[in-house]
Amino acid sequence: MKIDGKQNIWKEYQKEIPDDNYYYARSCIRQNFFPASEETFLKIIKEVLGKNIYDDAHQTTCTGIAYHSDLVSFDTTMTVVARQFSLMNNVQLKNFVISCVTSFGIYSEAMETWKNFPETLEKTKEHLKNATGRDFTSPEIIAHTSDIIYKYREQIKEKAKFHLVNKNTGKPLRVVEHIGCHYAKIFPSKGIGGAEFPSVLSGMIESWGGEIIDYPERRHCCGFGFRHYIIKENRGYSLSNTKVKFDSMEPYKPDFVITNCPGCTFFMDRWQYVIAEMDNKTYGENGFGIPVLTYEEVAGLVLGFTPYTLGLQLHQVSIEPLMDKIGIPYDINEKYLGFENEEIGRPEKPKVLQVI
Amino acid sequence: MKPESKNIKEVLEKDILFIEGLNGCINCGTCTAICPAAKFFDYDPRQLMDTVQSMNNDELIELLKSDIIWYCGQCLSCKTRCPRNNVPGFIITALRRLSQDIGYFAQSAEGRKQLTVKRIVGENIIKYGYCVYIDEIELNGHPEQGPVWQWYKNNAASILKKLGANYKGSGEGTLREISESDLAELNSILKETGALEKFDNIERYCHED
Repeated sequence: MKIDGKQNIWKEYQKEIPDDNYYYARSCIRQNFFPASEETFLKIIKEVLGKNIYDDAHQTTCTGIAYHSDLVSFDTTMTVVARQFSLMNNVQLKNFVISCVTSFGIYSEAMETWKNFPETLEKTKEHLKNATGRDFTSPEIIAHTSDIIYKYREQIKEKAKFHLVNKNTGKPLRVVEHIGCHYAKIFPSKGIGGAEFPSVLSGMIESWGGEIIDYPERRHCCGFGFRHYIIKENRGYSLSNTKVKFDSMEPYKPDFVITNCPGCTFFMDRWQYVIAEMDNKTYGENGFGIPVLTYEEVAGLVLGFTPYTLGLQLHQVSIEPLMDKIGIPYDINEKYLGFENEEIGRPEKPKVLQVI
Repeated sequence: MKPESKNIKEVLEKDILFIEGLNGCINCGTCTAICPAAKFFDYDPRQLMDTVQSMNNDELIELLKSDIIWYCGQCLSCKTRCPRNNVPGFIITALRRLSQDIGYFAQSAEGRKQLTVKRIVGENIIKYGYCVYIDEIELNGHPEQGPVWQWYKNNAASILKKLGANYKGSGEGTLREISESDLAELNSILKETGALEKFDNIERYCHED
């Protein structure tokens, strides 16, 4: 494939990513489903890159899932966003870094709304003052956490213990990148590379030795669907859309999938289990699934962090075959030990999907 | 003021998402081609935009009472692809908002499912300060979570501590308990901006015959 033209298009879309001194806004979904990725981000920022980041005890949900499920109005969401900004003001920071893609869309939408409809900013200020007594000033820059890892991908490469290369063949691992829809589809200029050719994840993968797969349904939604996933009888929507993606990527034989959205990581991991159990269909080699990883998990593996401190044991699709390909050592017994190395049992094995 | 069925057009035209989302649709169908919801539901955003653009009050009322407006998954893929900068996903949000304000949502099977959304997401926000919370997610309601979730739930305190989280702890950290004072501020915002009233309305309309 000729990609020179595409790369030139990407160059038109560049965003400012702050260097240091971040205020960290957490993700509801990720704290529950991939809690270690939230911690790994902080570890990389503080210990690997030597940057300053503030983790605030006072922050709450941004209400993004409620807004996109049409449960709260944007007045509510903008006022909650304003409270988070007020918390950032309290610690004199100006770079607001968001670990959730839905939230990233929410914060971007609030700031764009205030800019284009100034009366909404005044109304938000009034709501916040009435409800909490607080005032607020918007950040100078907002960025997604994957933007920060992208910015420092070469520094991570310099400290890498492993590269995304098959140790047996010496060839780059073949990787599917999946960008959460609200990272750049709502506001293309807010994402690195825009909405059609985002380079935030492909940039990391190529820096760390892997090769990106282009496939027909590359930009298709994972299928979260907000209300559709929450409502049990509508959940088939989510499953069906994930299946569209895996059916489309399967012929290209990806070694793994990397995502920058908490929901996408979860759905693309769990729906593979469901498809296996319902349809007897698995997408990886030898009855396994295709591992789906957060960018912090990938960065952590590249940097040589102990695999089971990265939370890989919380995936339903086993990551061990990927670690074997790269040559990352792991102690499988450690996978199922608790905090004090106590035995905590093991998950039941699925009937169809192979797991380790 | 509560919107009435006779002034739907006026209410919609004041909605920022409606203003941003409708810029002269040429009915090319690009939105339908790209739409994940159109792939699996009897849903056609091109047709929806056509109806909305006509601004016929009776047709708008029919739309607000229908299942159609509840199929969109809010991925906003349509925003990126529309050649005329229309955003069916934004129009859907404006229509859903109005349908709930008037109470029409309770006249469609899909609309009534807002009750489930309110009882899960709305009550999580009020109780925990998170949209999603581990303690509320059980395998019988979420079988797709798989056996690994059951194992994680059974051993949550130990596993989360191993992964560096601060589950139910005070102060900062992953899955920390949000303090009473912070929850009080959040709930005060919900009250000030009408969210609690909206939650009550969902319950009320869904229980009216």
